[in-house]
Amino acid sequence: MTIPFELPLFAFLIVMAVVITRVRDLLEAAMLFGIFSLICAGLFTSMDAVDVAFTEAAIGAGVSTILFLGTLSLTGAREKPASRRATVSALVTVLLTGAALVYGTADMPTFGDASAPIHQHVAPYYLEKTPEEIGIPNYVTAILASYRGYDTYGELCVIFTACVGVMTLLGHGLRSTEGT
Amino acid sequence: MSVLGHWHYWVGITLMMIGLYSVIARENLIKKLMGLNIFQVSAIMLYITMGKVSGGTAPILVEGGVDVVYSNPLPHVLMLTAIVVGVAVTAVGLALVVRIHESYATVEEHEIRQIDRSDS
Amino acid sequence: MLSSVPRMQQKLVLRVVGRGFVPFIVLFGCYVQFHGDFGPGGGFQAGVIAAAGVILYALIFGLDATLRALPPSWVQIGATLGVLLYGGTGIAGLLLGGKFLDYSVLDAHDPVHGQHLGILLVELGVGITVACAMIVFYYAFAGRKSPAQ
Repeated sequence: MTIPFELPLFAFLIVMAVVITRVRDLLEAAMLFGIFSLICAGLFTSMDAVDVAFTEAAIGAGVSTILFLGTLSLTGAREKPASRRATVSALVTVLLTGAALVYGTADMPTFGDASAPIHQHVAPYYLEKTPEEIGIPNYVTAILASYRGYDTYGELCVIFTACVGVMTLLGHGLRSTEGT
Repeated sequence: MSVLGHWHYWVGITLMMIGLYSVIARENLIKKLMGLNIFQVSAIMLYITMGKVSGGTAPILVEGGVDVVYSNPLPHVLMLTAIVVGVAVTAVGLALVVRIHESYATVEEHEIRQIDRSDS
Repeated sequence: MLSSVPRMQQKLVLRVVGRGFVPFIVLFGCYVQFHGDFGPGGGFQAGVIAAAGVILYALIFGLDATLRALPPSWVQIGATLGVLLYGGTGIAGLLLGGKFLDYSVLDAHDPVHGQHLGILLVELGVGITVACAMIVFYYAFAGRKSPAQ
């Protein structure tokens, strides 16, 4: 099997995730997180997930970065060092969980396998029926808005709830005072 | 178990564990939220790599194409929802961090617990 | 070398370019919104892009100018309008004889055309709410007085 060309990009992603965890200046971490999201968007495009890449680039590299920078401007921008005991126990927990997950995915389908179970039941139905029942070329929009429209409505309500929540916590933008 | 066939699980799990480490080991609340975001992006990456079909193309209808193999559109739809819900959680989490900073004048977890213990 | 340029002129480039860019960003958001049927795109991406245009304007010209141009009450009402549009399309399907969020009954003669109409309306609802929600997030964070003030 040929080594995919995305492997160096994935290695870069892992390195960046480690740096985001370790760097103490939170402004650097926010900027690195924007780059992290953008590289993920590129990787999604190479995995044929163009809609997801579009959304990840817009939201991960755009809105998330703005939110983190807005928070950092209101609070301090440096992180204090963590205690050694917490670090060691967290490392052990994380390594054990990772080993368990690797063991659990040992017999799952290989990358790109067309006979994997997830490609067998619902997806061929959608791929076959969308041109005749819905008639639009983009399968993802057809599934999102029509076949799974109820889930999308729930998601919209989640966004609206978050909007109301942030308004309740931080005010409407008219230079609200603290303690309100 | 072939490593070459399962590399995408390993990458997803590695990123997930780095995010999880950031959530549980770091005491700064903003760093915890960044770890949560890394965890979420890694879960999305896992699903998208599982939806890819070799020799497939993006799931947009090719006019007049015969025997075109499309990548599975269902994980893409689910992950679109996941990304948007993730940013909603991040926004509310960061709003809470701002209010915590206004009340306690710090965003480090151990200092907040100290202030709470000395108050009670 | 950048410090030798007077401060007004430094901001002049930003202001001219920003004023030129913001309409195109919002236009691109509308393009992505309506082109979601034929290529990558749809309500979520379009809402975020349009909000990014407004946030860019706020970053360059200041929050007060943006609050005058796009008052917070409009944005809050816009967020609710999108959810109502989506739910209303679902209820319209109920009233016309089908199930909730059944788009085929929206057009009496051609169910596929009804699906097109339904998808257009719900994506519009999604786009409006997502754009207004992102702008509300920015207004909330940028409009909060920092403890020093």
